[in-house]
Amino acid sequence: MNHLLRGHAPITDEAWKQIDEEARQALVPRLGGRRLVDFEGPLGWGHSATDLGRVTDPTPGPAPGVQQRSRRVLPVVELRAPFTIRRSELEALDRGAVDTDFDSLNEAARQIAVAENAAIFHGLESGGIQGIAEASSHDPIPLGDNDFSSYPEHIAKAIEVILSSGVDGPYGVALSPECYTGVVESAERGGYPLLSHIRKILKESGDGPLVWAPGLDGVVVASLRGGDFLFESGQDLSIGYESHDAEVVNLYVEESFTFRVATPEAAVALPK
Amino acid sequence: MEFDQYHEPPEELSPELRTKARLFASLAEEAEAINWYEQRLSVEPDPEARAIMRNAQHEEFKHFAMDLEFLFRRIPVWRDLAEGVLFKDGDIVEHGEAAEAGTDEDGSGDTGAPSGSGSLGIGNLKGAGL
Repeated sequence: MNHLLRGHAPITDEAWKQIDEEARQALVPRLGGRRLVDFEGPLGWGHSATDLGRVTDPTPGPAPGVQQRSRRVLPVVELRAPFTIRRSELEALDRGAVDTDFDSLNEAARQIAVAENAAIFHGLESGGIQGIAEASSHDPIPLGDNDFSSYPEHIAKAIEVILSSGVDGPYGVALSPECYTGVVESAERGGYPLLSHIRKILKESGDGPLVWAPGLDGVVVASLRGGDFLFESGQDLSIGYESHDAEVVNLYVEESFTFRVATPEAAVALPK
Repeated sequence: MEFDQYHEPPEELSPELRTKARLFASLAEEAEAINWYEQRLSVEPDPEARAIMRNAQHEEFKHFAMDLEFLFRRIPVWRDLAEGVLFKDGDIVEHGEAAEAGTDEDGSGDTGAPSGSGSLGIGNLKGAGL
């Protein structure tokens, strides 16, 4: 048994399979951030930091004539979202029920996916993470208020800006839920769907993905050529056991990771 | 054209499983090559030829280790178990038994995520759009 202590939970093997599958289904569509970045790992729960290859400025060392420098590392961030499942629901599941109440699990999955996307796109200051939007060396391209018909033009402009700085495609586009809904519901003059227009732009610039990213504010356009945005996973998203009583089992979804932007020129932020 | 690494119809296997199958085949080939060089080195008297074979075998060590690490990353329960056995002094069988007791046997699906390890096996999604 590892640190997730799943073996201590009053949960049958079949119920664990259902819980894991439900969690996967709730997480994967929401993980828009990791659809645009390089994923390394998982390197294990014991992985604690990413080497940055840099050192602090030299200071006087512990003896005359000796200088001291310290290695700089990026510490791994742990994210955990607790949830509960009623034991009566687990019993029903083992009897073959197909309408198990996993609302709390779904909410925890949503929360941790939002947190991961927010860390990737907007950073996590307390964890030393700078996000793609904030790290970009290009001027942001404002989207304006709900003028969704101008999105294809703004996205094409962002791709041109990245390309002009010498960063190849393919290019991907991440949309916040609000922007995604606006794009899906809108059409250009002449009735051509906006979503199709954006997909066409992406197809012609290397066939990168269009992703939905709760936790993102606005839109981000980024190169997917590789080596520019580095997500290093310690423990990938996992379900662990916390405690239980006669009524409920307390579980959590958890992951550990670092995120770095290696090439600030490789993305443009398009804020609302 | 036949591919020996498959034991089930390839068209019924997911792309992830086919990738794993290729790496399993590579792993076996590297182990076989290491074995060949061990035997050749034990009988070759020419020092120059031995140096070349030693160099070549060293390459195979690296290839084997990379293949193995790739598979560990895709099959977390295997990695969990291996962590209890590899690079430890003492009785190998005892370590193996202890590591086996500490990990669940239930399988790894296409995602490489055994329910026993707790990992959901989501991993890399780069390039996957809506």
